[in-house]
Amino acid sequence: MINIYEVHETNEMIQHENLDVRTITMGIGLLDCVDSDIDELNRKIYEKITNCARNLVKTGQEIEAEYGIPIVNKRISVTPIALVGASACRTKDDFVSIAKTLDKAAHEVGVNFLGGYSALVSKHMTKAERLLIESIPEALASTERVCSSINVGSTRTGINMDAVRLMGTIVKKTAERTKDSGSIGCAKLVVFCNAPDDNPFMAGAFHGVTEGDCVINVGVSGPGVVKHALESVHGESFEVLCETIKKTAFKVTRVGQLVAAEASRRLGVKFGIIDLSLAPTPAVGDSVADILEQMGLESVGAPGTTAALALLNDQVKKGGVMASSYVGGLSGAFIPVSEDQGMINAVNNGLLTLEKLEAMTCVCSVGLDMIAIPGDVSEHTISGIIADEMAIGMVNSKTTAVRVIPVIGKTIGDSVEFGGLLGTAPVMPVNRASCEEFVSRKGLIPAPIHSFKN
Amino acid sequence: MKRTIITVVGKDTIGIIASVCTYLSDHKVNILDISQTIISGLFNMMMVTDTTNCTVSAQQMAEDLKKLGESMNLIIRSQNEEIFNMMHRV
Repeated sequence: MINIYEVHETNEMIQHENLDVRTITMGIGLLDCVDSDIDELNRKIYEKITNCARNLVKTGQEIEAEYGIPIVNKRISVTPIALVGASACRTKDDFVSIAKTLDKAAHEVGVNFLGGYSALVSKHMTKAERLLIESIPEALASTERVCSSINVGSTRTGINMDAVRLMGTIVKKTAERTKDSGSIGCAKLVVFCNAPDDNPFMAGAFHGVTEGDCVINVGVSGPGVVKHALESVHGESFEVLCETIKKTAFKVTRVGQLVAAEASRRLGVKFGIIDLSLAPTPAVGDSVADILEQMGLESVGAPGTTAALALLNDQVKKGGVMASSYVGGLSGAFIPVSEDQGMINAVNNGLLTLEKLEAMTCVCSVGLDMIAIPGDVSEHTISGIIADEMAIGMVNSKTTAVRVIPVIGKTIGDSVEFGGLLGTAPVMPVNRASCEEFVSRKGLIPAPIHSFKN
Repeated sequence: MKRTIITVVGKDTIGIIASVCTYLSDHKVNILDISQTIISGLFNMMMVTDTTNCTVSAQQMAEDLKKLGESMNLIIRSQNEEIFNMMHRV
């Protein structure tokens, strides 16, 4: 039988180390809503979402209360809207009307974010996909809870540089359209390479076409728990360090597995995957940067950061994989700047740069995340930043992403407050040397060769 | 059998076990085991209970016990046993 010390350990993790289940995300397939009439399409989408997810929030709350484990977010991901709306949408406004329908449905069922205002254009764009991308600034400015993601590259197709160039413009326009609220629209917009079909984390979640009709995916978290465990292994060998992370990741993931299985059973919806991610929050002590510092770095950003992060990411996966029946999504350590107090401190102290963050994304999920940059950075430079990050993903066969926020009216030294889980972002310097000629070239960067690995 | 673990953490005072037990007996919850110890200077009590015939929902019981705890300056939790089994048993 379980003993009092084990019970105490679990409850300490929950009460003092911010152990929680970060999100239960219901993936809903919308392909059966397809219609050539835009009004009819909107009606079907609203009905399907509100019908599938009507008990999602309530069930999440019941599980929280019964097991005593906080479930921070209940969310929804849907089939990429560029596919769903292709036969009905003739104009950007048609796509925006779908975004508004999604927002209305999200409010109705009580979820805080709904992802899937997306297009998968890793090789080429259809007319509908281009229209959807062009509608993003308006869609994100006129909705509250809708998130958008665009996959512009993959290891098998290469990088669609036409889409990268377009996304530089779209990120900038989205920032302009939401400038009164710190350009927050860009916090709901992610550009991906190798986007997974089953990611439960926002803003990049969408319900991939390889998925079934309705599925429950769960994202676990727990940077605070890992940090606490590492406090007791200072001066120990890498073997001890790794074992400690693995054991902790196992325990954290088991809770996610339990919640996922229970949510799936109660909702009568298939269980998809557990996403083994260390997702920080702005709360003190719930920081990935703190873990790296606990390993022996004076500050995140110091030489050794990339190695420490690689170790952390790998051990979290090794511990988590055994704890769950199916693992997927992004699975790794997240390094968003605005959502992690340790990262914010390092940036403010001049110890963490955009270039170091880019290097860190080579060894962890997901990418340049929640990074505020000056509002006057050109669209070409943003495209260049996206292209670099996509290249890392393409060559290393991993998911990478860019969620940068050019904050209109702000510059280096300022900071921008997004509130809630999105946190506070210090505006970071960007290398201003021009890449305009490079990113203005038309076409694709071809897929890389899969041999001669160097 | 549906097993629920009830934990009480805080400063030891008279009547803690009595008031928890009264609530449990009022709601047809059977106590299977009780253990207590001091961890980091705080009184810790754990009850393993059978809530198969409990007259209120798990959510309600957790809420009621939390309030009962607050009235005595204690933290009382009621949690389905499965969360501990999942975390500590392979």
